[in-house]
Amino acid sequence: MILPLVTPRRDLRGYAICLSGIAAREFLRFLHQKERFFSALVRPLVWLFIFAAGLRATLAVSIIPPYITTIPYEVYVLPGLAAMVQLFNGMQSSLSMVYDREVGSMRVLLASPFPRWSLLLAKLVAGVIVSLAQVYVFLLIARLCGIEAPALGYVCALPAFILVGLMLGAIGLFLSSVVRQLENFASIMNFVIFPMFFASSGLYPLRQLRQSSEALYIVSLINPFTHAVELIRFALYISLDSVALAACLATTVLFFALSAWAYDPARAILRQ
Amino acid sequence: MVLPDDAPALRVRGLSHRFGPRVALDELSLDVPAGSFVALLGPNGAGKTTLFSHLTRFLPNAVGQVKIFGHDLCLAPAPALAALGVVFQARTVDPDLSVVQNLVYHATLHGLAGRDVKRRIDALLAFVDLADRARDKIRDLSGGQVRRIEIVRALVHAPRLLLLDEPTVGLDLASRRMIATLVRRLIGETSLSVLWATHLLDEIEMADAVTILHRGCVRASGAAADIIANQNAASLEQAFGQLTRDGASGAAA
Repeated sequence: MILPLVTPRRDLRGYAICLSGIAAREFLRFLHQKERFFSALVRPLVWLFIFAAGLRATLAVSIIPPYITTIPYEVYVLPGLAAMVQLFNGMQSSLSMVYDREVGSMRVLLASPFPRWSLLLAKLVAGVIVSLAQVYVFLLIARLCGIEAPALGYVCALPAFILVGLMLGAIGLFLSSVVRQLENFASIMNFVIFPMFFASSGLYPLRQLRQSSEALYIVSLINPFTHAVELIRFALYISLDSVALAACLATTVLFFALSAWAYDPARAILRQ
Repeated sequence: MVLPDDAPALRVRGLSHRFGPRVALDELSLDVPAGSFVALLGPNGAGKTTLFSHLTRFLPNAVGQVKIFGHDLCLAPAPALAALGVVFQARTVDPDLSVVQNLVYHATLHGLAGRDVKRRIDALLAFVDLADRARDKIRDLSGGQVRRIEIVRALVHAPRLLLLDEPTVGLDLASRRMIATLVRRLIGETSLSVLWATHLLDEIEMADAVTILHRGCVRASGAAADIIANQNAASLEQAFGQLTRDGASGAAA
């Protein structure tokens, strides 16, 4: 048997090949999971067209930056719902990475000669690419229904979506590597997604939250999801919330470093 | 100093692992000389899969040392893992993707892309007689065919040591024979070193180097024929039975 020789690369180009391979596989898998795509899309649309429409009359949003006029409630919740799409995606992909049927493919991944942190990062980036597709389809549908941001804002928001995707993916990765109780998605919804989403500026300006409870206001200020929403909100209106940017960057680096350090696939094997 | 090229394909020294109070590997030592076939024989639960998990970096923080062609798996994981091809016990291919998509994905994990890789994949698929299934989804393949694809995958990045963890479990007799024949042909035609874990005694030939594992310890190692002789047994089955009885004391042949 004569086999063509191959030379594996572990230089920068090798890293790029590895990253693109992992991202391509994630995208192919995503294309095959149509239900996942639709549920990721239906969820924010239900919020936008039912929940927000119902509250429109009761909740008037006064002029707050980055908005320069009073805005309908649907326009206010748009960035928060886009971030929610990424929140679900980040938790879902990171959890499946360790606990789902992925145990097998995780073994293959970890047998790669590239450093473990770079493989985790590649997985994270792959998840972000998928979440970008979900977010932009959601924004397109909203725009077609008249709920829109400035056209240029959709371009400016791209880096924000990338950073937010990385941040939420890193949080998910960290949770999946340290918290054994959060094994199924229902408990992730109860203990992570809902608290993060509701105690943030996604559904109401923090000023309004403060009128009800000072404690809740402080919690929401600390909540990284608030900063994710604000980063997206300002970017969609072609401006920069530098505090939100700093908070998102710091959270991403912190949680990625923690999960690269704490990541232990043995936990998955123990459950078998 | 021993140069990596002169080193054994696999050298395991004093490897121990516990799952809580249960000892899965107890000071295990094992060698696979370069270019040779070693069968790792043990009943279910002997520690074969735990050993494989250590050899593939799945279980970190082991007590003990693993060297692949002289490269320490902890200190120099990149060259060690680059030299390693693995067929895991569990199915680890993506059922929704095609054969080629799975293989190309694996190649990228080793920093491989381009025309040479495609040609190598084609040649390997031809070798396992599955060239005509390249575009098919894994889901549409039989168990034996999936195993052959997993062997191809383990060889895509041109490893020098092939690990197979019970590759024939769950297959029918014809598929089992085919897999065993394929791997033995590979050893004949290339300079590949192979560690083949199994609990099925009929996969072992008398001249094969065998290491018998039981409760995380090596109970015997040497040529199958020598192990039988040392145990005063009539067959490998009988020798294996004596060595893996609880309380049995083994000795290297």
